[in-house]
Amino acid sequence: MKQTRMQGDADLQKLTDLAQQLRRDTIRMIHHAGSGHIGGALGLADYMAALYGWAMQYDDLDPTDPDRDRIVLSNGHTCAVWYAALARSGLIPLEELATHRRMGSRLQGHPARKAMPDYIETSTGPLGQGFPVANGIALSLRKRDSQGRVYVILGDGELQEGQVWEAFMTSAHYKLDNVCVFINYNNIQIDGNVEDVMGISPLADKIKAFGWHVVEIDGHDIGASVTALSEAASTKGKPTAIIGNTIMAKGVPFMEGDAKWHGNTPSGVETTKALESVGTNNRFNDFPIANRA
Amino acid sequence: MYSGNKAMRDAFGDALADIGAQDDRIVVLTADLTDAIKVGKFKERFPERFYQMGIKESDMIGTAAGMAIDGQIPFTSTFAVFTTSLANQAIRVNVAYNNANVKIATSHGGVCVGADGATHQAFEDVALMRLIPNMTILVPCDANEAYKATIAAAKMDGPVYLRFGRIPSPVVTCADDPFEIGKARILRDGKDVAIVAMGAMVPVALEAASDLATDGIQAKVIDMHTIKPLDENTIIESAKECGCVVTAEEHTVLGGLGGAVAEVLAKNLPTPLRMVGVLDTFGESGEPQEILEKYHLTSSDIVEQVRLVLTQK
Repeated sequence: MKQTRMQGDADLQKLTDLAQQLRRDTIRMIHHAGSGHIGGALGLADYMAALYGWAMQYDDLDPTDPDRDRIVLSNGHTCAVWYAALARSGLIPLEELATHRRMGSRLQGHPARKAMPDYIETSTGPLGQGFPVANGIALSLRKRDSQGRVYVILGDGELQEGQVWEAFMTSAHYKLDNVCVFINYNNIQIDGNVEDVMGISPLADKIKAFGWHVVEIDGHDIGASVTALSEAASTKGKPTAIIGNTIMAKGVPFMEGDAKWHGNTPSGVETTKALESVGTNNRFNDFPIANRA
Repeated sequence: MYSGNKAMRDAFGDALADIGAQDDRIVVLTADLTDAIKVGKFKERFPERFYQMGIKESDMIGTAAGMAIDGQIPFTSTFAVFTTSLANQAIRVNVAYNNANVKIATSHGGVCVGADGATHQAFEDVALMRLIPNMTILVPCDANEAYKATIAAAKMDGPVYLRFGRIPSPVVTCADDPFEIGKARILRDGKDVAIVAMGAMVPVALEAASDLATDGIQAKVIDMHTIKPLDENTIIESAKECGCVVTAEEHTVLGGLGGAVAEVLAKNLPTPLRMVGVLDTFGESGEPQEILEKYHLTSSDIVEQVRLVLTQK
């Protein structure tokens, strides 16, 4: 399946259905794996749907197309929802989602380029490490006169890493308008509320002061993501940061906004309850899971 | 090529400009040290392929990895100590784990920064790089070898760490000598003791071998320009032939060349071994020669260790 960059008007119902399916996949993957990072992943489902369902250019028959768009998931721990997006976009087999975090799987606990070089531009996990690589790819794309764009996703707690601000400086200094950063601003990190642990506000002002174009949106409003992504693509001479105000674990009420769901794994009962809250639709089939021993 | 005394970093700058003219995938990044690591020549000739990254080494390494992932051949350039300590995580994850085709070039390896003192003296950089999978480590012994190592690094696919000295040092190899990554060179033959040296200690080892010869001791001198992958075969064969080994490096003996040779010998052919190098300590300010003397990194220190190891045969 080939998807062309930001082609036509976005079908918001289709993207909403996709986002809900990414949530179902994420819940089932993490329950099946027995570990993982469910909260941040669920909160990113809507933006991920806007990227893979509309904004990005890619072709499963030509995965290394030099003009494709790239994702750098700098907050690599949220990778379950990314893997689900790859599968739902036809880039990897749906059945593979059941292998996440297992020995030998391409779907490592944190994204590994070695395992899947066609889709994972750079290995991530240690926070702050993905963003500089995205700038390097963007500089190379510019050197090659490619229209490819680089989408970086950062966690909000990740912004406490000094290296993130080094990278903010670099993208602005080199006027990398082919870089678009999304900040998953759910205000929660492992030890609690971001502002209590180590404050990052006023975030928009800080990033603007670094020379960026900044857009603030409700990160669960897919229409707003579509508009912001479009605005980023038409903003020339400077990179764009989309601050997505999100709710951690959005879509599963008993997990929403609760720091313990950063890294907890839902039990069988909790998984059933979580799946009920994100609903089903007829557009997608669930991926098969073998019975656990 | 070069003769007399010449700084390796100058040869690096020359090689970079030459290989840059042949391959437009070569890009150069620096962290505010254009002149110190001699990448100015490349900058002048290929300004569109030169990237000033400011004083942020981790970001420079990560950016270089991204450029490599998209098909460029980036050389990063700054001091050895900042690269390997400050940007270690970026080297580990962005470069090595991704197996990205980045050439991490460094100057001011060892004590040669002299008066700048301990914070700027890289004693542990090679050991830090040895611990990282996928990394090739090149430590040329003079300007001619620095030139060839730079070209060889550009032509191989995969991460490479390159270590150059700051101050002019004796040129002991010839322009037409072969240079092959992973293949040590025997610069002087002998059967009484094998001196395995790296970098600027190679000329010092040759000097020690001359001194020893006046006493009838024939020392083999091995230029171990590739620390990883290590030429184990040459080490084992030399140990077999000579029966004892001395290592010499401008670097800590812990995990550097001395450590690497000890691992090979212990596993394959336990052989009396003594190490000349920095002994688990920080440096200090002083003229390079004063520091070399205080930290026992001179030819007479090598001679002393040879005499001691000969008694252990």
